[in-house]
Amino acid sequence: MADPRVSVIEDRLKKVNKVLSVSSGKGGVGKSLIASTLSLALADKGYEVGLFDIDFTNPSTHIILNAESVSPTEENGVIPPRVRGLKYMSIIYYSSGHVSPLRGVDVSNALIELLAITRWGETDFLVIDMPPGIGDAVLDMIRLVKKANFLVVTTPSKLAFETVRKLASLLLEMRIPIIGVIENMKMRESPFIQEQVEKMGLRFLGEIPFDYSLEEAIGDVNKLLKTMFAQKVKELAEKIALQTLGD
Amino acid sequence: MHEWALAEAVVSTVSQIAIREGLRRVTEVRLKVGELQQIEIEILRFALSELKRSSLLEEAEFIIETEKAELRCRVCGHKWFFRRNEVDEDVAEAIHFVPEIAHAYIRCPRCGSPDFEVVRGRGVWLESVEGVK
Repeated sequence: MADPRVSVIEDRLKKVNKVLSVSSGKGGVGKSLIASTLSLALADKGYEVGLFDIDFTNPSTHIILNAESVSPTEENGVIPPRVRGLKYMSIIYYSSGHVSPLRGVDVSNALIELLAITRWGETDFLVIDMPPGIGDAVLDMIRLVKKANFLVVTTPSKLAFETVRKLASLLLEMRIPIIGVIENMKMRESPFIQEQVEKMGLRFLGEIPFDYSLEEAIGDVNKLLKTMFAQKVKELAEKIALQTLGD
Repeated sequence: MHEWALAEAVVSTVSQIAIREGLRRVTEVRLKVGELQQIEIEILRFALSELKRSSLLEEAEFIIETEKAELRCRVCGHKWFFRRNEVDEDVAEAIHFVPEIAHAYIRCPRCGSPDFEVVRGRGVWLESVEGVK
Protein backbone atom coordinates (compact mmCIF):
# COMPACT_ATOMS: atom_id res chain seq x y z
CA MET A 1 0.00 0.00 0.00
CA ALA A 2 2.63 2.57 0.99
CA ASP A 3 6.25 3.08 1.92
CA PRO A 4 6.01 4.83 5.30
CA ARG A 5 9.49 6.33 5.06
CA VAL A 6 8.67 8.84 2.33
CA SER A 7 6.16 10.88 4.32
CA VAL A 8 8.60 11.64 7.11
CA ILE A 9 11.38 13.06 4.91
CA GLU A 10 9.91 16.54 4.71
CA ASP A 11 9.62 16.59 8.49
CA ARG A 12 13.26 15.53 8.89
CA LEU A 13 14.33 18.49 6.75
CA LYS A 14 11.92 20.96 8.33
CA LYS A 15 14.63 22.78 10.25
CA VAL A 16 17.01 22.87 7.28
CA ASN A 17 16.90 26.31 5.73
CA LYS A 18 18.59 25.69 2.36
CA VAL A 19 19.51 22.49 0.56
CA LEU A 20 22.36 22.88 -1.94
CA SER A 21 22.76 19.90 -4.26
CA VAL A 22 26.21 20.00 -5.82
CA SER A 23 25.80 18.15 -9.08
CA SER A 24 27.08 17.61 -12.59
CA GLY A 25 26.22 15.49 -15.56
CA LYS A 26 29.75 14.10 -15.59
CA GLY A 27 32.13 12.57 -13.07
CA GLY A 28 35.57 13.94 -12.28
CA VAL A 29 34.68 17.62 -12.40
CA GLY A 30 35.37 18.25 -8.71
CA LYS A 31 31.91 18.00 -7.17
CA SER A 32 33.06 16.32 -3.97
CA LEU A 33 35.91 18.75 -3.41
CA ILE A 34 33.62 21.70 -4.07
CA ALA A 35 30.85 20.27 -1.84
CA SER A 36 33.30 19.62 1.00
CA THR A 37 35.13 22.94 0.73
CA LEU A 38 31.92 24.90 0.27
CA SER A 39 30.55 23.28 3.44
CA LEU A 40 33.69 24.20 5.39
CA ALA A 41 33.62 27.74 4.00
CA LEU A 42 29.98 28.26 4.98
CA ALA A 43 30.65 26.83 8.45
CA ASP A 44 33.61 29.24 8.80
CA LYS A 45 31.21 32.10 8.18
CA GLY A 46 29.23 30.98 11.22
CA TYR A 47 26.48 29.03 9.51
CA GLU A 48 25.29 25.67 10.80
CA VAL A 49 26.13 23.32 7.95
CA GLY A 50 25.40 19.70 7.12
CA LEU A 51 27.21 17.71 4.44
CA PHE A 52 25.50 14.62 3.06
CA ASP A 53 27.44 12.44 0.62
CA ILE A 54 24.91 10.58 -1.50
CA ASP A 55 27.36 9.19 -4.02
CA PHE A 56 26.61 5.76 -2.55
CA THR A 57 28.68 3.66 -4.91
CA ASN A 58 31.71 5.96 -4.85
CA PRO A 59 31.64 8.15 -1.75
CA SER A 60 34.75 10.30 -1.37
CA THR A 61 34.07 13.27 0.92
CA HIS A 62 35.17 11.21 3.94
CA ILE A 63 38.64 10.98 2.36
CA ILE A 64 38.74 14.71 1.68
CA LEU A 65 37.72 15.49 5.27
CA ASN A 66 39.67 12.62 6.81
CA ALA A 67 36.45 11.55 8.50
CA GLU A 68 37.06 7.87 8.84
CA SER A 69 37.07 7.54 12.61
CA VAL A 70 33.62 8.97 13.37
CA SER A 71 30.17 7.43 13.39
CA PRO A 72 26.60 8.63 13.91
CA THR A 73 24.75 8.28 17.19
CA GLU A 74 21.33 6.69 17.57
CA GLU A 75 18.60 8.80 19.10
CA ASN A 76 15.12 8.27 17.69
CA GLY A 77 16.90 7.85 14.39
CA VAL A 78 20.44 8.79 13.47
CA ILE A 79 22.31 11.97 14.40
CA PRO A 80 25.28 12.77 12.14
CA PRO A 81 28.62 13.20 13.90
CA ARG A 82 30.57 16.46 13.71
CA VAL A 83 33.52 16.62 11.38
CA ARG A 84 35.38 19.93 11.42
CA GLY A 85 32.20 21.59 12.65
CA LEU A 86 30.03 20.01 9.93
CA LYS A 87 27.18 17.60 10.57
CA TYR A 88 28.51 14.91 8.31
CA MET A 89 26.58 11.98 6.90
CA SER A 90 27.81 9.31 4.51
CA ILE A 91 27.04 5.72 3.64
CA ILE A 92 30.65 4.98 4.53
CA TYR A 93 29.58 4.55 8.19
CA TYR A 94 27.79 1.41 7.07
CA SER A 95 29.83 0.16 4.12
CA SER A 96 33.19 0.68 5.87
CA GLY A 97 35.07 1.06 2.62
CA HIS A 98 33.68 -2.11 1.02
CA VAL A 99 32.56 -1.84 -2.58
CA SER A 100 28.78 -1.30 -2.69
CA PRO A 101 27.50 -2.25 -6.14
CA LEU A 102 23.99 -0.79 -6.19
CA ARG A 103 21.43 -0.75 -8.95
CA GLY A 104 19.02 2.17 -9.37
CA VAL A 105 16.30 0.77 -7.15
CA ASP A 106 18.85 0.16 -4.39
CA VAL A 107 20.23 3.70 -4.71
CA SER A 108 16.69 5.04 -4.32
CA ASN A 109 15.99 2.84 -1.33
CA ALA A 110 19.24 3.76 0.42
CA LEU A 111 18.57 7.46 -0.16
CA ILE A 112 15.01 7.20 1.16
CA GLU A 113 16.22 5.27 4.19
CA LEU A 114 18.93 7.79 5.09
CA LEU A 115 16.67 10.79 4.47
CA ALA A 116 14.00 9.17 6.68
CA ILE A 117 16.23 8.35 9.63
CA THR A 118 18.78 11.19 9.70
CA ARG A 119 18.04 14.02 12.11
CA TRP A 120 19.78 17.16 10.87
CA GLY A 121 18.15 19.53 13.36
CA GLU A 122 18.56 23.31 12.99
CA THR A 123 20.73 23.73 9.90
CA ASP A 124 21.32 26.78 7.72
CA PHE A 125 22.75 24.89 4.75
CA LEU A 126 22.61 21.20 3.92
CA VAL A 127 25.13 20.59 1.16
CA ILE A 128 24.55 17.41 -0.82
CA ASP A 129 27.40 15.79 -2.72
CA MET A 130 25.52 14.20 -5.61
CA PRO A 131 26.73 11.30 -7.74
CA PRO A 132 27.49 12.18 -11.37
CA GLY A 133 24.89 11.85 -14.06
CA ILE A 134 21.19 12.36 -14.53
CA GLY A 135 19.95 9.19 -12.91
CA ASP A 136 18.14 7.95 -9.86
CA ALA A 137 19.85 10.26 -7.37
CA VAL A 138 18.93 13.45 -9.26
CA LEU A 139 15.38 12.28 -9.89
CA ASP A 140 14.99 11.21 -6.26
CA MET A 141 16.32 14.52 -4.95
CA ILE A 142 13.75 16.31 -7.10
CA ARG A 143 10.99 13.92 -5.98
CA LEU A 144 11.80 13.70 -2.29
CA VAL A 145 13.54 16.94 -1.31
CA LYS A 146 11.22 19.70 -2.43
CA LYS A 147 13.52 22.42 -1.16
CA ALA A 148 16.56 21.25 -3.15
CA ASN A 149 18.48 23.96 -5.03
CA PHE A 150 21.03 22.76 -7.57
CA LEU A 151 24.55 24.03 -7.84
CA VAL A 152 25.99 22.74 -11.10
CA VAL A 153 29.70 22.10 -11.62
CA THR A 154 31.45 21.86 -14.98
CA THR A 155 35.00 21.97 -16.25
CA PRO A 156 36.06 24.04 -19.29
CA SER A 157 35.68 20.91 -21.40
CA LYS A 158 32.99 20.90 -24.06
CA LEU A 159 32.32 17.29 -23.10
CA ALA A 160 31.65 18.19 -19.47
CA PHE A 161 29.52 21.14 -20.47
CA GLU A 162 27.41 19.04 -22.81
CA THR A 163 26.35 16.89 -19.84
CA VAL A 164 25.75 20.01 -17.76
CA ARG A 165 23.57 21.42 -20.51
CA LYS A 166 21.40 18.30 -20.34
CA LEU A 167 21.20 18.35 -16.56
CA ALA A 168 20.35 22.06 -16.52
CA SER A 169 17.72 21.58 -19.25
CA LEU A 170 16.05 18.89 -17.18
CA LEU A 171 16.08 21.06 -14.06
CA LEU A 172 14.74 24.05 -15.97
CA GLU A 173 12.00 21.93 -17.54
CA MET A 174 10.99 20.66 -14.10
CA ARG A 175 11.19 24.18 -12.65
CA ILE A 176 13.79 23.19 -10.08
CA PRO A 177 15.83 26.11 -8.73
CA ILE A 178 19.38 26.31 -10.08
CA ILE A 179 21.67 28.53 -8.01
CA GLY A 180 24.16 28.73 -10.84
CA VAL A 181 27.08 27.09 -12.60
CA ILE A 182 30.69 26.91 -11.39
CA GLU A 183 33.49 26.39 -13.89
CA ASN A 184 36.14 24.29 -12.17
CA MET A 185 39.71 23.36 -13.19
CA LYS A 186 40.08 26.33 -15.53
CA MET A 187 43.42 26.12 -17.33
CA ARG A 188 43.33 28.95 -19.85
CA GLU A 189 41.32 32.05 -20.59
CA SER A 190 38.17 31.25 -22.50
CA PRO A 191 34.72 32.78 -22.29
CA PHE A 192 33.10 29.63 -23.72
CA ILE A 193 31.48 28.23 -20.54
CA GLN A 194 30.28 31.60 -19.23
CA GLU A 195 28.74 32.45 -22.59
CA GLN A 196 27.01 29.08 -22.82
CA VAL A 197 25.70 29.29 -19.25
CA GLU A 198 24.33 32.77 -19.76
CA LYS A 199 22.82 31.75 -23.09
CA MET A 200 20.78 29.21 -21.12
CA GLY A 201 19.56 32.00 -18.86
CA LEU A 202 21.53 30.64 -15.90
CA ARG A 203 23.80 32.44 -13.47
CA PHE A 204 27.54 31.95 -14.00
CA LEU A 205 28.80 31.93 -10.42
CA GLY A 206 32.50 32.01 -11.22
CA GLU A 207 35.55 30.03 -12.17
CA ILE A 208 38.13 28.12 -10.15
CA PRO A 209 41.59 27.82 -11.73
CA PHE A 210 43.21 24.39 -11.83
CA ASP A 211 45.14 24.04 -8.58
CA TYR A 212 48.14 21.72 -8.71
CA SER A 213 48.48 21.78 -4.91
CA LEU A 214 45.01 20.36 -4.32
CA GLU A 215 45.79 16.67 -4.56
CA GLU A 216 48.31 16.97 -1.74
CA ALA A 217 45.70 18.63 0.47
CA ILE A 218 43.18 15.79 0.25
CA GLY A 219 42.73 14.38 3.74
CA ASP A 220 44.25 17.42 5.44
CA VAL A 221 41.57 20.05 5.97
CA ASN A 222 43.99 22.70 7.26
CA LYS A 223 46.07 22.36 4.13
CA LEU A 224 42.96 22.26 1.95
CA LEU A 225 41.68 25.53 3.37
CA LYS A 226 44.99 27.22 2.52
CA THR A 227 44.86 26.31 -1.17
CA MET A 228 44.03 28.77 -3.90
CA PHE A 229 41.12 26.44 -4.74
CA ALA A 230 39.66 26.96 -1.24
CA GLN A 231 40.12 30.75 -1.51
CA LYS A 232 38.03 30.72 -4.67
CA VAL A 233 35.40 28.46 -3.10
CA LYS A 234 35.19 30.83 -0.11
CA GLU A 235 34.43 33.72 -2.49
CA LEU A 236 31.76 31.58 -4.14
CA ALA A 237 30.36 30.58 -0.73
CA GLU A 238 29.84 34.25 0.10
CA LYS A 239 27.99 34.74 -3.16
CA ILE A 240 25.93 31.55 -2.76
CA ALA A 241 24.96 32.41 0.83
CA LEU A 242 23.86 35.90 -0.13
CA GLN A 243 21.98 34.67 -3.17
CA THR A 244 20.17 31.74 -1.55
CA LEU A 245 19.34 33.38 1.77
CA GLY A 246 18.03 36.38 -0.14
CA ASP A 247 15.63 34.20 -2.17
CA MET B 1 16.70 3.84 18.40
CA HIS B 2 16.24 3.40 14.71
CA GLU B 3 12.86 1.72 15.25
CA TRP B 4 11.52 5.00 16.63
CA ALA B 5 12.35 6.83 13.41
CA LEU B 6 10.50 4.17 11.42
CA ALA B 7 7.55 4.21 13.85
CA GLU B 8 7.35 7.98 13.37
CA ALA B 9 7.27 7.43 9.62
CA VAL B 10 4.44 4.90 9.99
CA VAL B 11 2.35 7.22 12.20
CA SER B 12 2.95 10.13 9.85
CA THR B 13 1.95 8.11 6.76
CA VAL B 14 -1.14 6.60 8.39
CA SER B 15 -2.23 10.07 9.58
CA GLN B 16 -1.90 11.41 6.04
CA ILE B 17 -3.89 8.48 4.64
CA ALA B 18 -6.57 8.91 7.30
CA ILE B 19 -6.96 12.60 6.47
CA ARG B 20 -7.02 11.87 2.74
CA GLU B 21 -9.65 9.14 3.19
CA GLY B 22 -11.73 11.26 5.58
CA LEU B 23 -11.33 8.85 8.53
CA ARG B 24 -12.34 10.21 11.93
CA ARG B 25 -10.31 7.53 13.65
CA VAL B 26 -8.09 4.69 12.59
CA THR B 27 -8.98 1.26 13.97
CA GLU B 28 -6.45 -1.08 12.41
CA VAL B 29 -3.06 -0.75 10.74
CA ARG B 30 -1.36 -3.71 9.09
CA LEU B 31 2.40 -3.59 8.70
CA LYS B 32 4.78 -5.96 7.03
CA VAL B 33 8.30 -5.98 8.40
CA GLY B 34 11.01 -7.61 6.34
CA GLU B 35 13.66 -9.62 8.13
CA LEU B 36 16.53 -8.07 6.19
CA GLN B 37 16.26 -4.89 8.27
CA GLN B 38 16.16 -6.88 11.53
CA ILE B 39 13.67 -4.56 13.18
CA GLU B 40 13.09 -5.25 16.87
CA ILE B 41 9.36 -5.80 16.70
CA GLU B 42 8.78 -5.13 20.39
CA ILE B 43 10.59 -1.79 20.22
CA LEU B 44 8.65 -0.88 17.06
CA ARG B 45 5.39 -1.85 18.76
CA PHE B 46 6.26 0.19 21.86
CA ALA B 47 7.26 3.21 19.77
CA LEU B 48 3.99 2.99 17.82
CA SER B 49 1.96 2.79 21.03
CA GLU B 50 3.71 5.91 22.36
CA LEU B 51 3.56 7.91 19.15
CA LYS B 52 -0.10 7.18 18.37
CA ARG B 53 -1.28 9.04 21.49
CA SER B 54 -3.37 12.13 20.86
CA SER B 55 -3.68 11.35 17.18
CA LEU B 56 -6.21 9.82 14.81
CA LEU B 57 -4.45 6.52 15.50
CA GLU B 58 -5.01 6.58 19.25
CA GLU B 59 -7.33 3.56 19.20
CA ALA B 60 -5.64 1.76 16.34
CA GLU B 61 -4.50 -1.82 16.65
CA PHE B 62 -1.21 -2.53 14.92
CA ILE B 63 -0.98 -5.92 13.26
CA ILE B 64 2.64 -6.62 12.44
CA GLU B 65 3.58 -9.47 10.17
CA THR B 66 7.19 -10.42 9.61
CA GLU B 67 8.40 -11.52 6.20
CA LYS B 68 11.45 -13.61 5.45
CA ALA B 69 14.10 -11.79 3.41
CA GLU B 70 14.39 -13.59 0.11
CA LEU B 71 17.30 -12.72 -2.17
CA ARG B 72 17.71 -13.68 -5.82
CA CYS B 73 20.95 -13.59 -7.76
CA ARG B 74 20.62 -11.61 -10.97
CA VAL B 75 23.51 -13.53 -12.53
CA CYS B 76 22.72 -17.20 -11.88
CA GLY B 77 19.12 -16.97 -10.64
CA HIS B 78 19.83 -18.70 -7.32
CA LYS B 79 17.37 -17.82 -4.54
CA TRP B 80 18.20 -17.87 -0.86
CA PHE B 81 17.10 -16.40 2.47
CA PHE B 82 19.04 -13.86 4.53
CA ARG B 83 19.86 -15.21 7.97
CA ARG B 84 21.19 -12.84 10.59
CA ASN B 85 23.30 -15.49 12.26
CA GLU B 86 25.28 -15.95 9.05
CA VAL B 87 26.75 -12.42 9.13
CA ASP B 88 28.96 -10.64 11.69
CA GLU B 89 27.38 -8.41 14.29
CA ASP B 90 28.80 -5.23 12.68
CA VAL B 91 27.49 -6.23 9.28
CA ALA B 92 24.06 -7.07 10.70
CA GLU B 93 23.94 -3.64 12.32
CA ALA B 94 24.96 -1.86 9.10
CA ILE B 95 22.23 -3.73 7.20
CA HIS B 96 19.78 -2.80 9.95
CA PHE B 97 20.33 0.90 9.22
CA VAL B 98 20.61 0.71 5.42
CA PRO B 99 19.44 -2.67 4.09
CA GLU B 100 20.99 -1.94 0.65
CA ILE B 101 24.39 -2.15 2.29
CA ALA B 102 23.85 -5.92 2.14
CA HIS B 103 25.35 -5.58 -1.36
CA ALA B 104 28.67 -4.61 0.24
CA TYR B 105 28.85 -7.77 2.35
CA ILE B 106 26.62 -10.53 1.00
CA ARG B 107 27.44 -12.60 -2.07
CA CYS B 108 25.40 -15.19 -3.93
CA PRO B 109 26.17 -18.50 -2.20
CA ARG B 110 26.20 -20.25 -5.56
CA CYS B 111 28.18 -17.99 -7.91
CA GLY B 112 29.63 -15.33 -5.59
CA SER B 113 28.00 -12.35 -7.31
CA PRO B 114 27.03 -9.20 -5.36
CA ASP B 115 24.38 -8.49 -8.02
CA PHE B 116 21.26 -9.76 -6.31
CA GLU B 117 17.81 -8.38 -5.67
CA VAL B 118 15.77 -8.40 -2.51
CA VAL B 119 12.67 -10.19 -3.78
CA ARG B 120 10.80 -9.61 -0.52
CA GLY B 121 11.37 -8.89 3.12
CA ARG B 122 13.43 -5.67 2.86
CA GLY B 123 11.99 -3.36 5.54
CA VAL B 124 8.83 -1.76 6.90
CA TRP B 125 5.85 -1.64 4.56
CA LEU B 126 2.34 -0.35 5.21
CA GLU B 127 -0.17 -2.98 4.03
CA SER B 128 -3.55 -1.49 4.98
CA VAL B 129 -5.30 1.12 7.06
CA GLU B 130 -8.84 0.63 8.40
CA GLY B 131 -10.91 3.27 10.12
CA VAL B 132 -14.25 4.89 10.79
CA LYS B 133 -15.55 7.75 8.68
